[in-house]
Amino acid sequence: MNRHLLSAADLSVEDALRVLDTAEEMSRVADAPVRKLPTLRGRTVVNLFFEDSTRTRISFEAAAKRLSADVINFSAKGSSVSKGESLKDTALTLEAMGADAVVIRHSASGAPHRLAHAGWLHGSVINAGDGTHEHPTQALLDSFTMRRHLRNGKGDLAGVRVAIVGDVLHSRVARSNVLLLATLGASVTLVAPPTLLPVGVEKWPCSISYDLDSVITKVDVVMALRVQLERMSDAFFPSAREYSRRFGLDTVRLARLPDGAIVMHPGPMNRGLEISAEAADGLRSVIVEQVANGVSVRMAVLYLLLAGAPLTDIDYKTLGPS
Amino acid sequence: MSGYLLRGIRCLGGEPVDMHLENGVIAEISEPSKKLRVTGAKTVQGDGLIALPGLVDLHTHLREPGREDAETVDSGTRAAALGGYTAVHAMANTDPVADTAGVVEQVWRLGKEAGFCDVFPVGAVTVGLRGERLAELGAMADSAARVRIFSDDGKCVSDPILMRRALEYVKSFGGVIAQHAQEPRLTEGAQMNEGDVSAVLGLRGWPAVAEEAIIARDVLLAEHVGSKLHVCHVSTAGSVEILRWAKSRGIAVTAEVTPHHLLLTDEMARSYNPLYKVNPPLRTARDIDSLRLALAEGVIDAVATDHAPHSIEDKDCEWQAAAFGMLGLQNALSVVQSTMVDTKLLTWADVAARMSTTPARIGQVANHGRPLSAGEPANITLYDPSITRLVSEKELVSKSRNTPYLGMTLPGQVIATFLRGSPTVLAGELIR
Repeated sequence: MNRHLLSAADLSVEDALRVLDTAEEMSRVADAPVRKLPTLRGRTVVNLFFEDSTRTRISFEAAAKRLSADVINFSAKGSSVSKGESLKDTALTLEAMGADAVVIRHSASGAPHRLAHAGWLHGSVINAGDGTHEHPTQALLDSFTMRRHLRNGKGDLAGVRVAIVGDVLHSRVARSNVLLLATLGASVTLVAPPTLLPVGVEKWPCSISYDLDSVITKVDVVMALRVQLERMSDAFFPSAREYSRRFGLDTVRLARLPDGAIVMHPGPMNRGLEISAEAADGLRSVIVEQVANGVSVRMAVLYLLLAGAPLTDIDYKTLGPS
Repeated sequence: MSGYLLRGIRCLGGEPVDMHLENGVIAEISEPSKKLRVTGAKTVQGDGLIALPGLVDLHTHLREPGREDAETVDSGTRAAALGGYTAVHAMANTDPVADTAGVVEQVWRLGKEAGFCDVFPVGAVTVGLRGERLAELGAMADSAARVRIFSDDGKCVSDPILMRRALEYVKSFGGVIAQHAQEPRLTEGAQMNEGDVSAVLGLRGWPAVAEEAIIARDVLLAEHVGSKLHVCHVSTAGSVEILRWAKSRGIAVTAEVTPHHLLLTDEMARSYNPLYKVNPPLRTARDIDSLRLALAEGVIDAVATDHAPHSIEDKDCEWQAAAFGMLGLQNALSVVQSTMVDTKLLTWADVAARMSTTPARIGQVANHGRPLSAGEPANITLYDPSITRLVSEKELVSKSRNTPYLGMTLPGQVIATFLRGSPTVLAGELIR
């Protein structure tokens, strides 16, 4: 694996499977009486969050702590960043403090890439969501969740049909998912109004549809993306109600899903807009599991990047009481 | 002291000649077999060197007044001289903006004091580049700086009424409006060319149509009011088609292309390195092909650098936070050689036209872009096209470092630049 995780494209199929398989092992820690491994003892993981994201930060924090790493949370608010300190100076500060890994969330696409490659610091950089670019650990946890439900937690996702519905243009989750799902052999259809698909999307390894109803009967996974209401004022769609009618995962569409299909959402949800309460809370929904799986997947990523050793080096005895 | 004797130079790439420069003019040109002798003249061995009329840049940001940390008239004209330029047009987006006779005269005087090349200030079209009301164009035209090109460069004169009035108004003193063609609403927050690469990188796209729509509108306005339009830094294949059409209709439009738009594509953005962040953005290989052909055919009239120095802190950051722009003066001729001459699209005589004669005509600057013949002003660039060199930071004399060519191997080097018969560059080094 690379030293950094900046894009889902960084992962070969072997890398991706290694993360997913490792995450399966890590998930056992959550079920153990002592939810901790000593693996990253003495290592420092910095959560560098320039954008509010309580759920992602907490997930990374839990993952690092379960691996016994020291965790420093550095958020833009209440730090020197809000006083105009540059990304470079922040990076130099973290370098001076000896960060082994920096988990970065930033509103600017490519900020993690700069952090990793501008020569400012030497630790591993993990992209926890950058602008409208990528969110690779979200894609990993989504694939992990799909694999558990559709492939018994083993192997790749060959033949799995996934619809990703909504604001693809602004979605880092969609970009990472398209790349990773293609790597794992799934077939992806992006469903959105043409205004919310980027120019150039036709080159992506997926198909495109403007019509959710024609897609929904032929998928194993439907993933609704968060739609921000302020997009309306930029004329991406006329109204919330029209969006909901054409692209919302409502009760009628839920009923048309094939047997065994699952409903996903990266959160936070706009209930009643892109997803109805019935879809979000129904039996097909795996949305809460996605959150739980996020910790396992992030443990696996931190472990593989920092410990850098194959999984067999884990002392499995520590997984449970010895 | 009796001037300079240039031995064996090839004017516009032609047969070797000896040339004597004295009292600011070309005194004599003769065949080497005639063994031209001039007592007391300093000799420059010019065997194999191409002689071009001193280059003229239509589009330079010298940053003074206001951002002397990034560039000054002095440092910028040094870079110009090393790049083979004897005249540059200094863009108006300084701080304060060059929108009054006072500011343009200040820039003009700073150019005179620096002495490395002639500096012709460009005046702003609108007060403060705000696009609200016309600046005092007449006062700038009548000033000592004798402004003829007006531009809000960096910003587009997007209001069609204001653009129409500006085109009409400058007719009274033969001025030209140089438009930065960028439809503002289509490019809000835009970061790079909109296309396959922006889709993957998640950087806000800058559609080609945002440039093309303004050029289409402006050529029609120029035709309607019978005025002259110059289009800055054309970057798309579609813009070329519109210009071709406008010229075929006889519309008085000229256009420039930058060296970087002839060489670099939006693929460079994959590094997220802000060195490649520029306005207009780097486009695709297809656009590059169109631009090169258009420059060869004369649909695009001139190469202009859009030399845009930025301080380190404005570039050593994340892409979105970085400033737009890249250095251009010192490597322009090498990039043109690489993209246009080595590819057989232009001869050296064509290069002289695109980088000296035509820009001098568009800018209406006397004594530049003249033929290389006896009695003409001795503004001359000697260039060695046979050298291959690795672009490194240490050769940059600009106060800024934001060149996209760092680490690239480029052909050719300016060996000497003469301004009115005096060298500003000799043996590839600045004089004084």
